[in-house]
Amino acid sequence: MCGGCKTVPVDKLKESHKVYKTFNYQLQPVDKGYANRTLYINLSEQSIREKPVTQEMKDIFTGGRGFGLYHLWHAVTGKTKWNDSENEIVISSGPLGGITQYPGAGKSIVVTLSPATGTVIDSNVGGFFGPFLKFSGFDALEIQGKSEKDVIIFIDGDKGTVSIEDVEVTDMNTHVLVEQLSTLYADNDEDKKNIAIVSTGEGSETTFMGMLNFSFYDKKRNVIRIKQAGRGGTGTVFRDKKIKALVVKFSSLKGNSNHPADKNLLDETGIKMHREIATLDHKQNSMRKRGTMHLPIIMHDHDLLPVHNFKHGSHPDAAPILNWDTRLTHSGADGCWFGCTLSCAQVIHNYELKTGPYIGDKVYVDGPEYETIAGVGSNLGIFEQDHIIETNFYCDTYGIDTISFGTATAFAMECFETGIINKEITGGLDLSFGNSEVVLELLHQMARGDGFGKVVGRGVRRMKQLFVEKYQADPQFLKDIGMETKGLEYSEYVCKESLAQKGGYGLANKGPQHDEAWLIFMDMVLNQIPTFEAKAEALHYFPMMRTWFGLNGLCKLPWNDIVPEDNADQPEPEKVPEHVQNYVNLFTAVTGREITKEGLIAQAETVYNFQRVFNLKMGFGTRRYDAIPYRSVGPVTVEEYQSRAERYDNQMKEIIGVDPADKSVEEKLAITRQYREKQYEMLCDSVYKRRGWTAQGVPTLETLKRLKIDFVDVVEVVSQHLDV
Amino acid sequence: MKVLRVKGELCTQCYACEEVCSTNVSKERDRSKSAIGIGEKAVDTGRVDITTCDQCGQCIEVCPTNALYRAKSGVVLLNEDDCVGCLSCVGFCPSGAMFRHEDLLEPFKCTSCGKCVKECAEGALYLEDL
Ligand code: SF4
Ligand code: SF4
Ligand code: SF4
Repeated sequence: MCGGCKTVPVDKLKESHKVYKTFNYQLQPVDKGYANRTLYINLSEQSIREKPVTQEMKDIFTGGRGFGLYHLWHAVTGKTKWNDSENEIVISSGPLGGITQYPGAGKSIVVTLSPATGTVIDSNVGGFFGPFLKFSGFDALEIQGKSEKDVIIFIDGDKGTVSIEDVEVTDMNTHVLVEQLSTLYADNDEDKKNIAIVSTGEGSETTFMGMLNFSFYDKKRNVIRIKQAGRGGTGTVFRDKKIKALVVKFSSLKGNSNHPADKNLLDETGIKMHREIATLDHKQNSMRKRGTMHLPIIMHDHDLLPVHNFKHGSHPDAAPILNWDTRLTHSGADGCWFGCTLSCAQVIHNYELKTGPYIGDKVYVDGPEYETIAGVGSNLGIFEQDHIIETNFYCDTYGIDTISFGTATAFAMECFETGIINKEITGGLDLSFGNSEVVLELLHQMARGDGFGKVVGRGVRRMKQLFVEKYQADPQFLKDIGMETKGLEYSEYVCKESLAQKGGYGLANKGPQHDEAWLIFMDMVLNQIPTFEAKAEALHYFPMMRTWFGLNGLCKLPWNDIVPEDNADQPEPEKVPEHVQNYVNLFTAVTGREITKEGLIAQAETVYNFQRVFNLKMGFGTRRYDAIPYRSVGPVTVEEYQSRAERYDNQMKEIIGVDPADKSVEEKLAITRQYREKQYEMLCDSVYKRRGWTAQGVPTLETLKRLKIDFVDVVEVVSQHLDV
Repeated sequence: MKVLRVKGELCTQCYACEEVCSTNVSKERDRSKSAIGIGEKAVDTGRVDITTCDQCGQCIEVCPTNALYRAKSGVVLLNEDDCVGCLSCVGFCPSGAMFRHEDLLEPFKCTSCGKCVKECAEGALYLEDL
């Protein structure tokens, strides 16, 4: 990833290599998508053992996120904190994970208790780790306990050994660490493609927004690249457990490593999809060429690209960050797993760093993805490509989530601009919107664990508390502009004009991340779901469909970022029915289990409700935790109202039925607010009803029974909330 | 570089080419494992639609493992050891000339070996030297 880091003193690394504990296991092929074992490691006890995967686990929890939740549920109590020894990090791919024939099938899902939210978080990430873990023999890796000193966990899927060990690397930041570890663990350069590493960086130790980098070997460019399990502080938990890295080695990947029940059906479904992408992608989203970088311009055009802490959805100076075509390089196969012909894993290479500890190095920078462009660019009022690339690189190598970094920094900047905090408090940093230099300094401070960077690294929720307690800030104003729900920072879409998307964010189990539901276009642009019932139906179907991908080790993008040529003529085109049928075929082809389209949704609904109950178990999960900041609902300030005055005035007249003519802006703000807040509450009512939950957002006993998750301990948790 | 060319109007659909080609990938003669595809005869022109590889190399670009490469001779070859069976190449071949078979983990393609040319009694196939 960088020229200088490649010259690693291998001998020195080898000399420092210490093995603390080794566990031998029987190598056996995967059977119809399942290894039928999971791997349990306790770092406090330095113990390693395997556990069987039961039929019940497969039937009820499917795999991936489902297995993660299952294991974590049994590991923690309602009182467990993220940094308690019993918290676990669980990584699991899912039964379809690791197939090479269909695009987007190499995902790992990370589940843990989050330092940001205090409850369960899940993060879906590419790279080779999840598939290699399964092919090495395990459907999931469960890590509990805390080590006293830094350790590496090494799973050798060629030999059938798992060990807890250590190597003295010269640098903990990912781009250096992965080079050194892959040099150590690969037999030679050619063997590097068989190594997958999970790591983080120095920023994970000092912030609550630490993420995990999952590596993959880019054979076209001969470099190690990374994908991020970004949300909720998974990297922070990783370092709290004193894990330096997870390494898995698996050398015999083939088209049947997942041992599907019906390879022919799998092949045919895959080829059909490859062909569709080959012939249609360039006419649709050009994911192969641009990845999610095709989005900034669309979001800007629709007033949805966050600017200045989500105040606005566009900006007259935004042009330089809307098109990235000249910055990208293409290999023709930029997937984060084999066979992903959608190839959205874009990369910028030979970028020369201008700041920080690696200043002057020429590096590969993965992305920047849409979320990063919006989060660390427009939302901070910075419209420079180099700033975004530089910030992206450092966030990645430091192990910091670009979304939380962007949203938390945007909040701090607005607090600075409104005088809630000042230079005295920020240690001299001028946090005005647009100040690229200071944003990068803040980021380097985070990695060093000093200065105001440390404060911002704790996230929006903790900053709000601090600013109220220490600097007498108005709590209501901070509540309005602090873009977090459940403790997690918002991802990067302005949803003020889409009621359904407000629900998509507010009702998401883990906090406001659009991977659960992205309904802005359906709702706001196309007006396809005008009624509360229609919105509630969409907020049932789409979160379930998207959850399903996480149960199976799949990526969401090939589902609807490319569509068949005749999709628009199909019933319910927004569901992309032909692709849903592909998933039915894939599930049957791999597992041998017959399933229907409705069956997929039912699988997801089971796990989704289980996760809702998990939130209840951890002390969250009721209606009040689905509340969202007013900044995501409507205009908070006079400036905001006036910037879109025509829109709001029209709505007042036509929808609310009040004549804005003789009203002051303050009055208009209040009227708009009252209306919009009520709409959100009515939306919650409709969604809870559709999902089979009480008015407090609690799954009813009938719902639990219908989904076959009425286990004694689940019912016990839920019952406490049904009495009230 | 040698490229297999066809004269569909001379083809009698005897499938001798498919049979001999299949011996490149399997021991027994099995037309379903042939890297040349004899298709339908067009009613109007009488010409048989024959699928062959023109060695364009588009599959090389899309292959994530570099299993596909252009040999010194110019012909596009597949190194089976490196192939992970993703079938991207099959879906992306503009000619439909990358083939697969359910018994095989890797796809297969024409190597311009010329066996089919020798076998064809009608002179419907020939190798062109580019
Ligand atoms: S198999 Fe297809 S893509 Fe590859 S060289 Fe032949 S014609 Fe071109
Ligand atoms: S099937 Fe094999 S040769 Fe074809 S693209 Fe995939 S890895 Fe390359
Ligand atoms: S030239 Fe050889 S490989 Fe190509 S179609 Fe003919 S027999 Fe098959």
